[in-house]
Formats: sequence, C-alpha cells, structure tokens
Amino acid sequence: MAYTKRPDGRKFDELREIKAKVGVIPRADGSAMFAFGDTIAIAAVYGPKPLHPQHLQNPEKGVLRVNYDMLSFSVNERKKPGPSRRSQEISKVTEWALAPALQINNFQNTVVDVHITILQANASTRCAGINAASLALAHAGIPMIDLVSAVSIGKIDDKIVTDLIKEEEDYEDGEGATDIPFAFLSKSGEITLMQLDGRTSTKKLKEAIEAGRKACKEIYDIQKKVLKEIQEK
Amino acid sequence: MIAKQETEEPVEEFGQEDEERKEKRELVIPGEVIATGNEYLPGDWAKREGQDIIALRFGLADKSGRLIKIIPLSGTYMPRKGNVVIGKVLDITFNGWIMDIDAPYASFLPLSECSKFVNKNDLSECYDIGDMLAVKVLGVKRKGIDLTARGKNLGKLEEGMIIRINSNKVPRVIGKEGSMINLIKKESNCDITVGQNGIIWIRGEKVEDELFAEKAILFVTEKSFIEGLTEKTKVWLEEAKNHPKDIKEDKTEKKKAKESK
Repeated sequence: MAYTKRPDGRKFDELREIKAKVGVIPRADGSAMFAFGDTIAIAAVYGPKPLHPQHLQNPEKGVLRVNYDMLSFSVNERKKPGPSRRSQEISKVTEWALAPALQINNFQNTVVDVHITILQANASTRCAGINAASLALAHAGIPMIDLVSAVSIGKIDDKIVTDLIKEEEDYEDGEGATDIPFAFLSKSGEITLMQLDGRTSTKKLKEAIEAGRKACKEIYDIQKKVLKEIQEK
Repeated sequence: MIAKQETEEPVEEFGQEDEERKEKRELVIPGEVIATGNEYLPGDWAKREGQDIIALRFGLADKSGRLIKIIPLSGTYMPRKGNVVIGKVLDITFNGWIMDIDAPYASFLPLSECSKFVNKNDLSECYDIGDMLAVKVLGVKRKGIDLTARGKNLGKLEEGMIIRINSNKVPRVIGKEGSMINLIKKESNCDITVGQNGIIWIRGEKVEDELFAEKAILFVTEKSFIEGLTEKTKVWLEEAKNHPKDIKEDKTEKKKAKESK
C-alpha cells in the first residue's frame, strides 16, 4: 500500500502549526520559544561571558556552547534525566548549525551559552531547538550575519514529506521512513545541518533539499515576524 | 556632578533623543537588508554585502545621511576606556580586588588605584568582599579590564539602593548632557550615579525619595524610544508629584490607616 495520506491530514509539503515567542525567560540575556505543533522547544542564551574551565577558552575568537536536553516528561515513556549519548550528539550538531551565522570573533576568551530544553516532543525536536536558539541569539544581541531556520524532511515510502511527526517516523511499510533534518542560513540558503537517518537515493535527496528550502522560507517569515513584534521593555 | 562625568563618554554614538532625525528608526533583525545602493556606508553593527547594507545585530537602524548604523536594544555591556561603572567586589588578592562589573571579562582594581591609604596586610579594611563600588575603566586589555577608584565620586557606595537596567538604555537615562538624570535628581532630591553597565545607585534622604527616583528611571527605560523624552518625563514627574497616587501616598495612607486602628 502506497503512502497517500498523512496521519494528521496535512498536505505532503505542509508544516504543522508554528508558534513562536521571544523573551520567555526574563533572567536570561535572550530567550525564545518555538513550537511545531506538539513539539515545543525553549532556548535561553547567556553571554558573552568569561569561559570556565579556562582551557576551553580560545584567545582568537569567542566560543559557542550549546546544551540540548529533553525534560523527562516530554516523551511518552519517561526519559531518564541528564545528558545522554543522543543529547550530546544533538548539542554538537546544533552548535555546528548555528556557528556559521554568528560573528563572535571579537569576543576572545568568552563563551556564548545556549540552553535548549524540549518541553514536549513529537519528532523534529532538534529543528525546533535550532529555530528557538536562533531567535534567542538574535534577542540576546549577539552579532549575527543571518538567522538560522531548520526543518525536518522525510521520505515516507517514496513520498517527500515536510515536518515529520513521530507516527510518520515509525512508518515501516514499503520503503520505510527516512528522516532528514535540515538547517539553512535563511538569506543565503547555505545548508548548516543535514543528517540522514535511513536510506534515500540521490534524486530523492535533492528533492528533499528543495522541500527543505521552501519550508524554511515559511519558518524564516515567522521568525522575522516575532522578532519584529517584540515590545519595548 | 557625576552626570557631567558620564556625558564625557561618547554617548552620542548611541543616539540622543533630540538628535535631528532624517528618517524614522526601524526595528531590524540580524541579516536583514536595510538599504541598497553604493551611496550608503555601513556604520556600527552594519555590513556591506555586494550592493546591500545588512544588519549584524537586533536593534534599530539609524540612517543619518549616508551612514547607516544599528543601535542595539539588547546585549551585554562592553566596557570602554573612561566608562564609570558600578560593580561588586568578588575577591581580594595580595595586590588588589577582583570585581564583577557585568562585563564579559574579569576586572581588576589594583591596590595602587585605591583612593585612600590601605593597610597592605588587610585589604578588606578598605573594600571587603560584597561591597559595591563606583569605579572607572582605565583600559580594556586582552587579559581583562583594569579599573580605578581614584576620582571624584568614585569609591565605596554606602547606604542607598542599587537598581539594574538594560545597559543599552543608559544613554537614555542620562539624556543629552545629563539633562534627563539631572531632572530626575532635582525632582526626587536624590543623589544618583548611573554606571555605564546599567547598574544605578540611588541615595536620598528618605526611602520614599529613592523609590520615586527608581520609578522615574524605570519610566524612562520603558518609554526609551519616544521622541522628546525629557519633556515627557518632565510632565510625568510633575503629574506624579501633584497627583501622588504613587508610593508616597500609599505609605501615608497606610500610616493613617494604622493610626485610625
């Protein structure tokens, strides 16, 4: 049976409802919330501030440090709190996804800390996390050349599908499910994150990139809108 | 007097309210194209990319003639030489004090830059851990920030209260040539020191006066992007004084209520 209809009735290239808000954490230097439907991420930015332990300092440029974590109640089966292999990997790829947008070379020996927390998960948490972090970094006044937008594209059976949910990730019929999270620099369209979990042909991958570009344009418009709506405080 | 010192800073760089404005300032996000064309020049936090001038920071785009710069609305305080700041003593070493001035780098106040005689065996007699000091930035080096407590109105802050505001709003609170802060000082009868790092020290005769000054400062930071703010603040202060619905009245009412009981 071919994959013809998505479980939540969306079109193949349709995103879930996006909610975004800037300034959700008053004590942080910058913060933001970003949600793809049921997937909710919050990000807090602190810094630039002195980096400890000192051996991590870079005398040539500032350092970006990302910490991604899921709350134990964010998934159906309780997640053991604390860092895991998965969360460390996502922290690192998020760091790499955001770093090309930042201009922190003049903040030698300092660190910009980004803490991403997943409050509720229904697939594409890393993408929601990157979107939230990008908003929070801009809100914190960190110099950046561009915003970063991220979206997950999937290949379910032989269809290219935008913004997967958990049910689709677990699809097993036909060719099965392939999950490809992307992050783009919004204006130049450069890819800063691409992971691939599953199998795909080169042709389908190219289609997926195009679908990702298109979805990220929509996400960028929302990011832009919420940043411009910030009330003067 | 202090305000005068502060206005020696290059405050106009942050944009003063009564500066002549050719165009309305617009909120921009990082990476946004502010203007296109070779006739424009990128200023602070702006960058040329091909034909376009793009913003590097979240803030207000300010076009004055051909120059386009971004006035940041957020971000940590970056110290500059000559800034008067307020900080807290974090630690004592054999030759000085380590201070926290809310900047990204460690800051140090050497023994030689203390304004009074210090017993070398016990530096805590002069400034102890946890004391709040008004200090001046002597210089920003790779290793950190050097401070001095020598100078008028610098040194340990005793009594009064400390409030914290966004350091990007400090030029607004001071106003052109200290007009805003002098107005608030006059109206509230308080002595106020505004640190460039956004930490403000207020000392008045009565607590009510201090709270009134705090309210006025918060009013300025909230309304920081209204044109002709000094005039508006004047009106607000007048109203707050004539129709004292605020703290003063509350307190006296409470007192009255207590007495009647």
